[in-house]
Amino acid sequence: MVVLRDAVVLVGGFPLLSGVNLDLDPGTLTVVTGANGAGKTSLLRLLGGLVTLTSGAGTVSGVDLKSGDLRELRRRVGWLGHEGSFYDDLSVRENLTFAAKALGRPTEEIPRVLERVGLTSRTTTTAKLLSAGQRRRLGLAWLLLRRPETWLLDEPYASLDDEGRTFFDELIAEVVRSGATVVVSAHDPLRSSSLRPRTLTLAGGLVVGDVS
Amino acid sequence: MIRIALLVAGKDLRIERRSRVLLWQVLPFGVTALVLCGLALGPLHAGNSSAAPGLFYLVMLLVALLMINRAQVIEGSPGTRASVATLGLDPAGVFLGKALALAVELWLTGVVVLAGSVLFLHTALSGTLSALPSVVVTLAALAAAGTLYGALSGGGQGPATLLPMLSLPAFAPLLIAGERSFSDALHGGSLWRWWVISLVALAAYLAIGILLYGVLEES
Repeated sequence: MVVLRDAVVLVGGFPLLSGVNLDLDPGTLTVVTGANGAGKTSLLRLLGGLVTLTSGAGTVSGVDLKSGDLRELRRRVGWLGHEGSFYDDLSVRENLTFAAKALGRPTEEIPRVLERVGLTSRTTTTAKLLSAGQRRRLGLAWLLLRRPETWLLDEPYASLDDEGRTFFDELIAEVVRSGATVVVSAHDPLRSSSLRPRTLTLAGGLVVGDVS
Repeated sequence: MIRIALLVAGKDLRIERRSRVLLWQVLPFGVTALVLCGLALGPLHAGNSSAAPGLFYLVMLLVALLMINRAQVIEGSPGTRASVATLGLDPAGVFLGKALALAVELWLTGVVVLAGSVLFLHTALSGTLSALPSVVVTLAALAAAGTLYGALSGGGQGPATLLPMLSLPAFAPLLIAGERSFSDALHGGSLWRWWVISLVALAAYLAIGILLYGVLEES
């Protein structure tokens, strides 16, 4: 569950978000589109507790963005960046083992997750040697281990081929059906029609379009 | 906290072992710097072991600055920072883990540089061995302070000159105490007097790091 009311984020006096209002229910997919610098990543970072709210109000997964414990909020969200979300010098398995142990989860779940994202044959490969699509799958595996309430995916489709996009769409659909709130930033609206997401368009840190 | 510390230390050391920066870059740099610093004193003084403690800590300071930066760069990519932040790791545990990994790296480098000191600067082996406990404590204190100042200087994302600018004043008492206890070990003085300063500094930096590392990460 995500609620934002007149959310403003200023960094160094520069407005990244200029008064965003938003209500997102569990089990929904929202795609945030817009040009470079429109505020897509800033919105996701705000929802993940990675930047602080300058003014306005909001809650994400029950945590108040103004007065709540942002560390607790971060435990409830999952983040997948387009630039890689793990340690490049560790292998696929070592990255997932680190995440599992940090979360206090049993490492026995790792083979199942690797199979789900199709990386079973790359278990011992160092992350920096993976292709763009495989790196994205490793990021997804990291999130699948955690099963967060809110998924924040920052341009996950960047440099993916058709097969990779289809795989992502299927997995996101599965996550949405399980009841998670999924927010995806993308330059363009999703091509897949099966997901039927809500599409928000940002410009200059403001929501200028909202199509359900 | 201890579980997270061991996890983070293991991860950092595994990354260093995999990247081989310590083995192929830092260790050769340390030994070369020791020899060159010795030569900078002049050929007659290069073999004079009285300069060895100071040269050892000068080289370890340079190595520490390199390794502190490395330890922060590991976490440097924005994506990695964001996704690790969402693991909700205890910052005190992260601080202790990063400080422990850095200390292990400095201890390994210190052993090699000390061996270089015995070989090239003709430092007495028995005196060098007596200095080992104080070297271990002083390098651990450097690691704890370095981890703290590494985070303070922007976690590998700030200007490269910021770390030495901020950390050198904090390192100065440690270097003086380390040099004095190493000299005392070589020349038969009282080891404890200066060693205690390093020990107190180590305890102080660990306490400050446990309390403040989370705030520094957030800022």
